[in-house]
Amino acid sequence: MNIPSDLLYTKTHEWVKKNDDGTVYVGVTDYAQAELGDLVFVNLPMEGDTVGAEEPFADVESVKAVSDVNSPVSGTVVAVNEDVADAPVKINETPYEAWLIQVSDVEDTAELMTAEEYAAFLENQ
Amino acid sequence: MGSYVPSSGTEREEMLKKIGVATVEELYASVPHEMLLKSLNLPEGKSELEVSAEMEALAQKNTIFKTVLRGAGAYDHYIPAAVKSVTSKEQFVTAYTPYQAEISQGILQSIFEYQTMICSLTGMDVSNASVYDGATAMAEAVAMCKERKRTKAYISATVNPVYLDVVKTYCSASNTDLTVVPAKDGKTDAQALEALLSDTASCLLVQQPNFYGLFEDAETLGNIAHAAGAKYVICANPISLGICKTPAEYGADVAVGEGQPLGMPLAFGGPYLGFMACKESMQRKLPGRIVGETTDLDGKRGYVLTLQAREQHIRREKASSNICSNQALCALTAGVYMAAMGAKGMAQAATLSMSKAHYLAKSLCTVPGVRMVYDGDYFNEFVTTLPQCDKVLSALEKKGILGGLPVEEGVLWCATEKVSKEELDRAAAIVKEVLA
Amino acid sequence: MKLIFERGEEGQGLSLMPACDVPVVKPQSGYAREDKLNLPHVSENELSRHYSELGKAVHGVNDGFYPLGSCTMKYNPKINEAVAALPGFTGVHPLQPEETAQGCLEVLYDTEKALAEISGMDSVTLQPAAGAHGEFTGLMLIKSYLRFKGEKERVKIIVPDSAHGTNPASAAMCGFEIVNIPSAPDGCVDLEALKNAVGKDTAGLMLTNPNTVGVFDKNILEITKIVHDAGGLCYYDGANLNAVMGVVRPGDMGFDCIHFNLHKTFSTPHGGGGPGSGPVGCKAFLADFLPGVRVKKDAEGKLHASKSPKSFGNVKAFGGNFLVVVRALAYILTLGKEGIPEAAKNAVLNANYMQACLKEDFDLAYNVHCMHEFVLTLDRLHRETGVSALDLAKGLLDNGIHPPTMYFPLIVHEALMIEPTETEPKETLDEAIAVFKQLKKLAYENPQALHDAPTKTPVRRLDDVKAARTPVLKYKFQ
Repeated sequence: MNIPSDLLYTKTHEWVKKNDDGTVYVGVTDYAQAELGDLVFVNLPMEGDTVGAEEPFADVESVKAVSDVNSPVSGTVVAVNEDVADAPVKINETPYEAWLIQVSDVEDTAELMTAEEYAAFLENQ
Repeated sequence: MGSYVPSSGTEREEMLKKIGVATVEELYASVPHEMLLKSLNLPEGKSELEVSAEMEALAQKNTIFKTVLRGAGAYDHYIPAAVKSVTSKEQFVTAYTPYQAEISQGILQSIFEYQTMICSLTGMDVSNASVYDGATAMAEAVAMCKERKRTKAYISATVNPVYLDVVKTYCSASNTDLTVVPAKDGKTDAQALEALLSDTASCLLVQQPNFYGLFEDAETLGNIAHAAGAKYVICANPISLGICKTPAEYGADVAVGEGQPLGMPLAFGGPYLGFMACKESMQRKLPGRIVGETTDLDGKRGYVLTLQAREQHIRREKASSNICSNQALCALTAGVYMAAMGAKGMAQAATLSMSKAHYLAKSLCTVPGVRMVYDGDYFNEFVTTLPQCDKVLSALEKKGILGGLPVEEGVLWCATEKVSKEELDRAAAIVKEVLA
Repeated sequence: MKLIFERGEEGQGLSLMPACDVPVVKPQSGYAREDKLNLPHVSENELSRHYSELGKAVHGVNDGFYPLGSCTMKYNPKINEAVAALPGFTGVHPLQPEETAQGCLEVLYDTEKALAEISGMDSVTLQPAAGAHGEFTGLMLIKSYLRFKGEKERVKIIVPDSAHGTNPASAAMCGFEIVNIPSAPDGCVDLEALKNAVGKDTAGLMLTNPNTVGVFDKNILEITKIVHDAGGLCYYDGANLNAVMGVVRPGDMGFDCIHFNLHKTFSTPHGGGGPGSGPVGCKAFLADFLPGVRVKKDAEGKLHASKSPKSFGNVKAFGGNFLVVVRALAYILTLGKEGIPEAAKNAVLNANYMQACLKEDFDLAYNVHCMHEFVLTLDRLHRETGVSALDLAKGLLDNGIHPPTMYFPLIVHEALMIEPTETEPKETLDEAIAVFKQLKKLAYENPQALHDAPTKTPVRRLDDVKAARTPVLKYKFQ
């Protein structure tokens, strides 16, 4: 299981990448994509939408299931990844490059784990 | 007593023994005893011959009119013999929803073909596999167009009043704000529409031709809706599309309609067929089943139910609709009908219907006191004044003619390719005689 | 198989329409179609053969055993089809004067009365076109009643986690909030969870009984009482009525309204996904709110249709899927007062027999006597062999058996839900049991064979992912 050390993680299997400009990227983890199976569609919010920590902001579909993706932070969506919307397979192939949204004005954050903590968390799943 | 239970008494004993109980009643042990029913208050069961006779007697209590000059949402078109033959095949009739694709290719392909034909007919990009009827198709279209910041629906007062009623019911259920756009001279009042539309408008619903048979200025209405940022939904008569402008040509985002004219009998109102098609950009908002093409393990072409995550069995309370069972066999019927008719037959049926309606209108209007209520262009329905309406309609009835439908504004008449010039002449003559 | 668009050639077709015997009128240019109309161009022979070929690639109830749990795929009697095709029914316009449609009104009247008796309700509407449509209608009854009483704060519908997906979807369409409650370990309603869920905001509860794991909830009276005491109403999802019709009535269990699935319980065919019919029955206090028209008989025996005083509107144009109702009435007349419970009891007998035989080789999700259906869990088989419920289902296809319902209810892992129905002889059940056992053996000996199944069907496993990622939803004309 791929768990990059420079990212932070949630218990609901999202990852967060902090950028120098104070914004963050949010995506779903390798573990999540493997559990979900071949993804066929991603329902993303719109630029300008606000997201709340631990609240769903998107959903991802496989052929026979649909799952909410929760936001690890509160803030404003400044960008959505149209490439992923066009080709959800990217989440399966490169989950840590396939960010879903970029969030600015980050205020609240959910309880986040380091890579080691997340690895330990997965062990206990 | 009739029964479809094939097991013999001995077999049932063997089964009980295997289960380890003495009687079937023991299997109902978890049912509170006081709740068990002593006996149903129903007649004894009957033999097939008796049931057949009883049902035939009921059927005979109905009057079947040789000549039908009434439409208003149910149309008496000719049904080709091949349609009945195909759609009564046991495999199609008795199969379940094609979830098991490997043994359902026949159903799946027939739906794929139906979707293609509905797209051809309406000019739209994507069709679903059907909903219950034209009225619920309209109601589902409202739900499809709803967006977070656009929640108010607008519907023209000139749509079939029954459809309007169903749309109202669905909107009342989901607490959706619905505004009825008034009519002027039998058509949607474009000026009023422009004034009514707000920046939270989600969609405008229009029927073409409308309830009175009149052609709406559908392009203008669409432009007004789009200018306000709303989606445009047209409910079309599928037969008219053989020769009339398509919803896509008018700029519609969603096309819906009642598919009954495509090979389904009048049948006292059902089963009919609701068709729904839309632009590609809205395909994920379509409710109900959709069939898509794919390949099997050997690379062979095949068909499956697809984009299923929209549906209730996966998305539950967040689904685009609650629809599960649809009108699959009716969709097959429509598909076979369109295949049998072809583009040429569809154009003929449309031209014949339109021509006969105009001939009927002309003939009726030679009778003193009968005149057209509206002067707009119409397809195969029109409204006239009719003095002594009840008397005239009942005189027609006695001669085996179902006359037009009394509506607030007068009488709504309809003609299809099934009525001959002779029948139309006779109907006009009877009207003349009564009113003489 | 060729698509119908790939057959025949341009210019070909049937000769169906006569020449026009009145002056020809066509739409003016602003209303005339300019887009080319692409439709098939086939002769009648090609058309007929095309659909025969499609028909051969379909598995109907007539083609073999169909133990599809929760769907009640019973035999569809031929007499029903025959009476539904009578011109005296098919030729009636829905808007013709009621004195000329007395036969149709009598069909509605008789069917409503019979369904009311079978369900223990007071009134029935036949307008809903399908089960989910019936749910919508029943919930609208509840909503209208609560609105009428001014209880606007009742906005929540309680749904067990084992419920059909239509339940929460219908509740959402009616503007309700959904409260999911977990099931108890025995698959029944967790009374404590229910007590905790009800309150001043409860509009109602939606439930099937027998439930989706095939068990009759013995606490049913307490369940409906808890909801009623909290001021909510109880909705009965009639999907599983086949187990209890004529034996015990939802009305007597404390339910206030119910939808029927005529295409399940009352033998009307499924038509490859529809049309069905989903009548809704209710207790007297809800009857004034029913949609559509009510049919009443006057002193002279004449039938009249009229709207209910507080009707919430229409859920569909006209009176419902009438020809489906005709079929169901023929079925009810055939079975009568004894035949109806006999059917239910034999459905339960057949299911318990299959369950007793299959539990020798498979794990039951709930090891109790079942009603008309039962659920296997293939969790252990899956862990030990890698063969999933899906694989086993595909193995059944090669043996001419339609698979049971898979992966439902959601609370059971690797679920297969089996409903043999009463219309199958013991012989068919024995053959199917033998196939199930043989496939289990195969799972341990040669699991790959089941991963590869089916191999004898017109196509092999299809690529669902490709279909969803790059949707091709219609034929592209040249």
